Amino acid sequence: MSDVLPAALTDWFSQKGWQPHAHQLHVMEARACPACLVIAPTGCGKTLAGFLPSLADLALSPHTGLHTLYVSPLKALAADIKRNLRGPAEEMGLDIRIEDRTGDTSATQKRRQRVNPPQILLTTPESLALLTSYSDAEHLFSGLKRVVIDEVHALSESKRGDQLMLSLAALQRICPDMQRIGLSATVQDPDQIARFMACHPMPCHIIEAPQGPLPDIAMLQIDAPAPWSGGGAGYAIPQVLQEVAQHNTVLIFHNTRAQAEIFFHKLWQLNEDNLPIAIHHGSLSRAQRERVEAAMVAGALRAIVCTGSLDLGLDWGNVDLVIQVGAPKNVKRLVQRIGRANHRYNSPSKARLVPANRFEVVECVAALQAVRDHDLDGEPMGPGPRDVLCQHILIAACAGPFHPDDLYVQVTTAGRYAQLTRAEFDSCVDFCATGGYALKAYDRWRRLQQTEDGKWQLRDPRAAQRVRMNIGTIQDSDRLKVRMRGRGGRALGEVEEAFAATLVPGDSFLIGGQVVRYEGLRDLTVEVTKQPGKKPKIATFSGTKFATSTQLSQRILVGFQQKDWPELPGYMSDWIALQRHVSLLPRADRLLVESFPHDGRFASVVYGFAGRNALQTLGLLLSKRMEDAGLDPLSFVATDYAVMLLSLEPLRDAAGLLAPAGLRDGLETWLAGNAVMKRSFRGCAVIAGLIERNMTGQRKSGRQATFSSDILYDTLLKYDPDHVLMQITREEARKGLVDFDRIEEMLARCAGRLDHKELEGLSPFAAPLFLEMGRVPVQGAAEERLLAAETARLMEASGLNKIVIAPVR
Amino acid sequence: MSDGHVFSLFGAELTARASGVLWWAHRRILCVSDLHLGKSDRLARRSGIMVPPYETADTLLRLQSEIEALAPQIVICLGDSFDDLQASDSLDPAESACLYRMQAGRQWIWIEGNHDPGPVEFSGAHLAEYRHGPLVFRHIAETEAEVSGHYHPKAAVPLGRRRITRPCFLYDQHRVILPAFGTFTGGLRSDATALQDLMRPGAVAVLTGQTCHVLPMPRG
Repeated sequence: MSDVLPAALTDWFSQKGWQPHAHQLHVMEARACPACLVIAPTGCGKTLAGFLPSLADLALSPHTGLHTLYVSPLKALAADIKRNLRGPAEEMGLDIRIEDRTGDTSATQKRRQRVNPPQILLTTPESLALLTSYSDAEHLFSGLKRVVIDEVHALSESKRGDQLMLSLAALQRICPDMQRIGLSATVQDPDQIARFMACHPMPCHIIEAPQGPLPDIAMLQIDAPAPWSGGGAGYAIPQVLQEVAQHNTVLIFHNTRAQAEIFFHKLWQLNEDNLPIAIHHGSLSRAQRERVEAAMVAGALRAIVCTGSLDLGLDWGNVDLVIQVGAPKNVKRLVQRIGRANHRYNSPSKARLVPANRFEVVECVAALQAVRDHDLDGEPMGPGPRDVLCQHILIAACAGPFHPDDLYVQVTTAGRYAQLTRAEFDSCVDFCATGGYALKAYDRWRRLQQTEDGKWQLRDPRAAQRVRMNIGTIQDSDRLKVRMRGRGGRALGEVEEAFAATLVPGDSFLIGGQVVRYEGLRDLTVEVTKQPGKKPKIATFSGTKFATSTQLSQRILVGFQQKDWPELPGYMSDWIALQRHVSLLPRADRLLVESFPHDGRFASVVYGFAGRNALQTLGLLLSKRMEDAGLDPLSFVATDYAVMLLSLEPLRDAAGLLAPAGLRDGLETWLAGNAVMKRSFRGCAVIAGLIERNMTGQRKSGRQATFSSDILYDTLLKYDPDHVLMQITREEARKGLVDFDRIEEMLARCAGRLDHKELEGLSPFAAPLFLEMGRVPVQGAAEERLLAAETARLMEASGLNKIVIAPVR
Repeated sequence: MSDGHVFSLFGAELTARASGVLWWAHRRILCVSDLHLGKSDRLARRSGIMVPPYETADTLLRLQSEIEALAPQIVICLGDSFDDLQASDSLDPAESACLYRMQAGRQWIWIEGNHDPGPVEFSGAHLAEYRHGPLVFRHIAETEAEVSGHYHPKAAVPLGRRRITRPCFLYDQHRVILPAFGTFTGGLRSDATALQDLMRPGAVAVLTGQTCHVLPMPRG
């Protein structure tokens, strides 16, 4: 055994009959490095690696106060680590306290922790941000030696991670020698994660544990051919049930909650052996999720139908198969999901893929190859979002007066904010102080004021309470609870407010695997009754849709250039060959556009392979251009691979339609009024502290609802379009839901090389698009026309149209 | 579909305009409700929230364009014209000037509302309610033959799987309730109990916006 470990730890390892892994010892050796990133597959003692240096310190010399902070994106993980770390600490004879502090911790416990902190505190980014907002933060963190950041790869992709890094920048000022240890799953670009988590410009030492054995991963062999379109994969249910019967425990991953609900429903309809199968996703009530998790730990379940809610989390040793339903969209996520099977180091994980339609068959095959090649997708990391910075500035002001020069220097030590200019920083401070409007209206009521020594402080200290109430970057404000009708009705979960608004009494939908009937909305709760056996009328609630990553799209396009496709089922290679014969196969370096008459209309298909979000945006922009060109567009539909527009007139000038310059203008002007922008704005406005969480949404209650954030967006667009929040919203939209960056990327890789095939009828690749759900009607005059027709119908049906007096001339 | 819907209330022929103002053409009376001027100022003062401070100017500009289009002799503001009494001090010089220009050459009546239950700084008559011909104008509905505001009514029309919700007028044979005209105002859905109780069977909703849409008052 190595001599880097103190006796108490080496003894403990020998008692257990264990050997420390090499990467665990490397972390010990790197104790003097200011930052250290451990990259290791699941199940090889990564967490212990993160804690070893602290356990060693504490074994050698007792410490009063906080010594080590552990931050994880999941509350459950913090609680789990607490249980799993207390045992070893006790066995090593360490006299220390290990406690967690999350949104679930009681107020008494939290107060006690601030007065008398434990040596090791396990927490989440939000709870940590809250701790740094108190005026006693300096005292609380003064002795802090180390912070362990779990799942840092996942945090690096969200605003929660950005908030955490800003909090750590604040801690680093209090304790300059604090070491950062990041724990990450395998990633494409470790340096990028290292830059994200280190205190810029200090170095970060990267420790990579050897990869485990190659996973046993393949397509699930299914007798029936994949359907032409859709995302349900219902055709695969008999085979999936067979796999469940043949394994201990199977995780069945889906990309959306809606798909998980439908699949679960269908699974039970065919589950004749009554195999214990449960469902788990983020919209279910906490009680229900905890029941499922407990049953899983107890080994009582044979399968769980789930979503990203189980991407991270507790180790369940007896999972021996992962099934991914639907194309994985993203290789990194697929690898992570595969890792959920078999949490024993050095034994291969087993996973099977189930494509939901024919294009997804191609994508799944491309993804399998990418996993074998260790070719993970990584998006370049952009600058840190400024709405999170605004929140951070307010949090800093809650802790006490700050000097802007100091805070600016501090903020730029967070990797993603290293390039932040002073002007950008100052505009955020101005936003926090006065709202940052071109019209200076809030001098009297400003939130922050500057003292004579140049420091900023809260004008009214009571405002700190409001800031603290709004800490966090998770957007959950527009969910409504779903409950069984009647006194003490059981909570089933949550649906999005927008979905609830579309329901009328009598509608039935799926939640938690059961069909329920919508009865009404009461006290902001959706009331439902049971409706067993009936087919749900509405598919189910909407949810996030992942877009196929750039790397995966690229692989698909490259795959099309093969001479033949032996890796695909026969019906698939026939389909692709037919497309090559009838039209062309899409290529990475050229843009394929097809147009052809269909059912008395004209279809134009752009094979952009830029992901669903970008192609949805492209559809909006192109339909506007077609309207301007007099082609009378009717609707469009977008998938991850192509966008198809239907119009009354045929497309002749494809190159003109796709000319890059005008598309950018379209984004700036016409898209500005789009609902997607308003949704992005609301998110940014809540995080930046312009509006409070309970202020948003249009709620039906006894009083006039507060006005919606859409009105604020419209007002800024009209009177102050360059306001800092509008800038942030535009930046956000270029990625995320609008994803214009990928349209730019598509235009760049094709560089004007465009093939326009004018066909006599539909092509093999275009055929599935006609079956796609979610066709978007072209907006504009259409909405007013529809509204006029519907209101006239209602007036006539009620007979009121006969009573109303016509205008007198 | 037009920019106004004409209906009759106790013999008075009234036009519910797409902009949200009520126009009594024969008497050249323009009536508008719930302007909530100074709302952003009050929010900042009371809760520290600093929403875009452009709503007062926006509300006044929209009112001005209706006044220019209709040239009323009497303008009645049906209460909650200011978000609170202190908010009436918060108008900047340009906003005040805009208001004075609109008041010039016509009679201007401020009805008191629950947000502004007393006289404000601006000229014009300050009244609890105002009678004209067969109608009475007050902030909150209570009897008959009345024109009121207060509730910020809005109505929702399902269109397939979507639902379009807009501020609206509500009227029956006894009363009309105006939508809120202020830029930063939310609304109360017409199926809320308060509005259900006030409006009789056969009540009609007039959606405002670019154009008017008339439909039976949605009752949920």
